[in-house]
Amino acid sequence: MKILVTAKRVTDPDAKIRVKADGTGIETAGLEYKLNPFCENAIEEAVQLRDKLGGEVIAVTIGNDDAVQSLRSALAIGADRGIHVKLADEEMDSDLAARILAKVFQNESPDLFLLGKQAVDGDSSQVGQLVAEYLDLPQACFASAIEAAADKLTVTRELDGGLETIEVSLPAVVTADLRLNEPRLPTLPNVLKAKRKPVAEFTVGDLGIDPTLKVVTVAYEAPAARAGGIKVKSVEELMDKLINEAKAL
Amino acid sequence: MNNILVIAEAFQGKLRKTSLPAVTFAAQLAGKTGGEFSIALLGSGISGLAGELSSFGAKSVYIVDAPEFTNYLAGPWAKAVVTLADKIGATAIAGVADTFTRDLFPRVAARLNAGMVSEVTAIFGEGADVTFQRPMWAGNVLGTVKVQTPKSVFSVRGTDFEPPAAGATSPVQNVTLAYEDDGKAKYVKFEPTVSARPDLGEASVVISGGRGLKDKAGFALLDEMADLLGAAIGATRAVVDAGICPNDLQVGQTGRVVAPQLYFAVGLSGAIQHVAGMKSSKVIVAINKDEEAPIFAVADYGLVGDVFKVIPELTEAIRKHKG
Repeated sequence: MKILVTAKRVTDPDAKIRVKADGTGIETAGLEYKLNPFCENAIEEAVQLRDKLGGEVIAVTIGNDDAVQSLRSALAIGADRGIHVKLADEEMDSDLAARILAKVFQNESPDLFLLGKQAVDGDSSQVGQLVAEYLDLPQACFASAIEAAADKLTVTRELDGGLETIEVSLPAVVTADLRLNEPRLPTLPNVLKAKRKPVAEFTVGDLGIDPTLKVVTVAYEAPAARAGGIKVKSVEELMDKLINEAKAL
Repeated sequence: MNNILVIAEAFQGKLRKTSLPAVTFAAQLAGKTGGEFSIALLGSGISGLAGELSSFGAKSVYIVDAPEFTNYLAGPWAKAVVTLADKIGATAIAGVADTFTRDLFPRVAARLNAGMVSEVTAIFGEGADVTFQRPMWAGNVLGTVKVQTPKSVFSVRGTDFEPPAAGATSPVQNVTLAYEDDGKAKYVKFEPTVSARPDLGEASVVISGGRGLKDKAGFALLDEMADLLGAAIGATRAVVDAGICPNDLQVGQTGRVVAPQLYFAVGLSGAIQHVAGMKSSKVIVAINKDEEAPIFAVADYGLVGDVFKVIPELTEAIRKHKG
């Protein structure tokens, strides 16, 4: 099975993000970056499927020069080669990312495109579905289990209200939820090996894609902080506050 | 002039009330951009729900009721929504952000060549200058975005728009749409989470537990308190990952976003990802044995203590109070 998989570089999910004073973006000084956690699940799944069924895993990222680091992370998990489309985050929306990825898909003709269900910076959760529509492919989003047969996948999807199972014929687009698997920690030899795996670079121009955005972010601000509360000493005091002060019970 | 089409949702034969704040969003957007809004409901055997949608002042309520629409599939449903949008001349599509619209709406946007804004929390400005607020980075940043395309698609945060106000009665129109299925995806089954408790998105009290409750037996400690308060139960990602709770109880950046009148955070530390899903709650109570836990920074009332001691005591006190 030939599998294309995303490796987005995002700010450390546990970092406290601060907005620049002039509201033009976030403070990036001192920030650490990581592979998007949902992409990690997608890559782990892709590698497991390849190890079981044979084939190839190609990791793709879109980002500035540093985004190659998340490709290296994907290659260390076990992807075979990488594709780096150079474009800064600020010049991208979900739609442009999807059009770029759809083009990469057409160039590579994989059987399966696995993506993270969302990136933890923009939190839009659109790209996989957009790609599927642009390519007229079936989609199975928010996957928590994938069973692969020769020409189709059976996918369990995590929905509000329960778990749904659908079948999709190949080629298909699948987006990974957190419970799909437990991503491995790459071993040192694999990290070293990843440095020698091939990475191809493209610009948006190389791919012949119109860089016009459909949605632009015009300002960033920090949300109003919640006013700090108080500590109570006992259940009795808590009940008193909830009944008489907050009138919540 | 904006013509907004709200996609309401039915779930297991009932109207999903949590999908209705999108009507409020559409009414606001119509007001600010000089337009009108309609509501559509797709499904099978759902005609009887039309009445629940026809008192919000929508220009029309469209019912697409056919056996082919019994089970949702993204491809055919996206085609149907776009066909309906074209038929009625809709320029914008809106729905509440949940797993249904998250799955469906980007495909609709791609077909309409429309920009899509996910998880809208507010509308700013008016006319051609209208912009939308949306949370990014787990709610640590609020972005203001502008849609550059003539058509637009919005998923809106249900917790940031009120349930719709009563308005003029809307005419109900039954619409027949071709079900264009290319057969590439097939529905197999749905296993609903069985719970006698209210839905997380609808409950006025939510009690969420974290790793501090240790296991299923520990988590069961919350049951009695939830029964007394008619509360929904929520969980952190760690608890869901450990298989203690089903996935759809996860509150946070990548799970459900809730804003009840009263939120109890029990034995959970308050990771950024969890707080993103509950910080708009009206009153927050945190119970944790670690007094340094970040959850205390967002709690109105914090109680430092062992949850296994505090919860039974609190349950008893609530029982007495409720008489």
